Amino acid sequence: MAASETKFHVLAVDDTLIDRKLIEKLLKTSSYQVTAVDSGTKALEFLGLNNNDNQDVEVNLIITDYCMPGMTGYDLLRKIKESSSFKDIPVVIMSSDNIPSRISRCLEDGAEEFFLKPVQLSDVNKLRPHLMKRRMQTNVNKRKAMDEIVSPDRTRARYNELQVK
Amino acid sequence: MDLVQLQRQFGFLDEQFTQLQELQDENNPDFVVEVVSLFFEDSERLLNELARALEQQNIDYKRIDAHVHQLKGSSSSIGAQRVQKVCVAFRNYCEEQNVEGCLKCLQQVRHEYSLVKTKLESLFQLEQQILTAGGSIPME
Repeated sequence: MAASETKFHVLAVDDTLIDRKLIEKLLKTSSYQVTAVDSGTKALEFLGLNNNDNQDVEVNLIITDYCMPGMTGYDLLRKIKESSSFKDIPVVIMSSDNIPSRISRCLEDGAEEFFLKPVQLSDVNKLRPHLMKRRMQTNVNKRKAMDEIVSPDRTRARYNELQVK
Repeated sequence: MDLVQLQRQFGFLDEQFTQLQELQDENNPDFVVEVVSLFFEDSERLLNELARALEQQNIDYKRIDAHVHQLKGSSSSIGAQRVQKVCVAFRNYCEEQNVEGCLKCLQQVRHEYSLVKTKLESLFQLEQQILTAGGSIPME
C-alpha cells in the first residue's frame, strides 16, 4: 500500500539558526520530510493551520529544543499532550544541558526521547521505531473502523491477529 | 595528510566537526561552509554583545549568561571544543556574578574563537586549492 512508503513528516523546533540547519540536515539525511520553525508558538500555528486548511499534510513527530525564549520545549510538550487533536504525536526534546531532573521530568510528562546536543545521526535513528509504531497502530485502527462500517458482525473474529501491542 | 586530524589533536575541533563533514553530500555540497559561516556570524555578534554588556554600570548577568549559553551551544554544534570549554567557565563566573572572572573569560573566548576561525579558514582554503587543482577531498 502507498501509505507505508510515504515519508514521515517531522516538525523541528529550535530558536538557533545553526541548530535548525543541523537538525534539518540530519532528518533529511534520514529520509524524513522536514518543516523547521524557530519557536513553540510557530510550531502550534503550523499544527493548527494544517488541521483547518490542508487535511493531507500531517505531522508524524515533533522534535524540539528545550531552552527557547517565551515558550520552552517543555511548555510546548505540555501543550501538545494536553491537546485532544495532537496528544498522540510523539514529541522528542533536545538540550545542550545535561540536567537529570530536567530529563526525567520531560520523559515523565510524555516525551518519547531526550537527546543531548549536539544531536547525532545515531540519535535520529532512534526516532523510526516511534514513528513506525504509530503508523501501524493508525493503519490498524483505520482498517478496523472501515470494516465495522462494512460488516459490523464479523470484525472481532477476523481482525484479532492484527492487534498491535 | 589529514588536516582535520591535526586540528583534533590540538583540540581545536572535536568529533562533531567530522560529523558535519559526513553529513555533506551532493545535494548539499556547501553544507559545512554554510554552517561554519553561520557560526562566525553568530559568534561575532555574541562577542560584541558580551563586551557591551560587561561595560554597563549595572551588569545584567542573566543576559550575559544567555549570550554565553548561545555561544556554548553553537560552538558545540560545530565542534569548536576549546571555545565551548571557556564558555563553561564563563557561565560559572556569571552565576557568581564575578565581573573580573567574566572579563577574563571574554578575553579568553575571543582568543579561542579567533584561533579556531583561522584554523577553519585555512582548512577551507586548502580544500579549495585541492579542488581547483583537480583533486578531490578524501572523506573518512
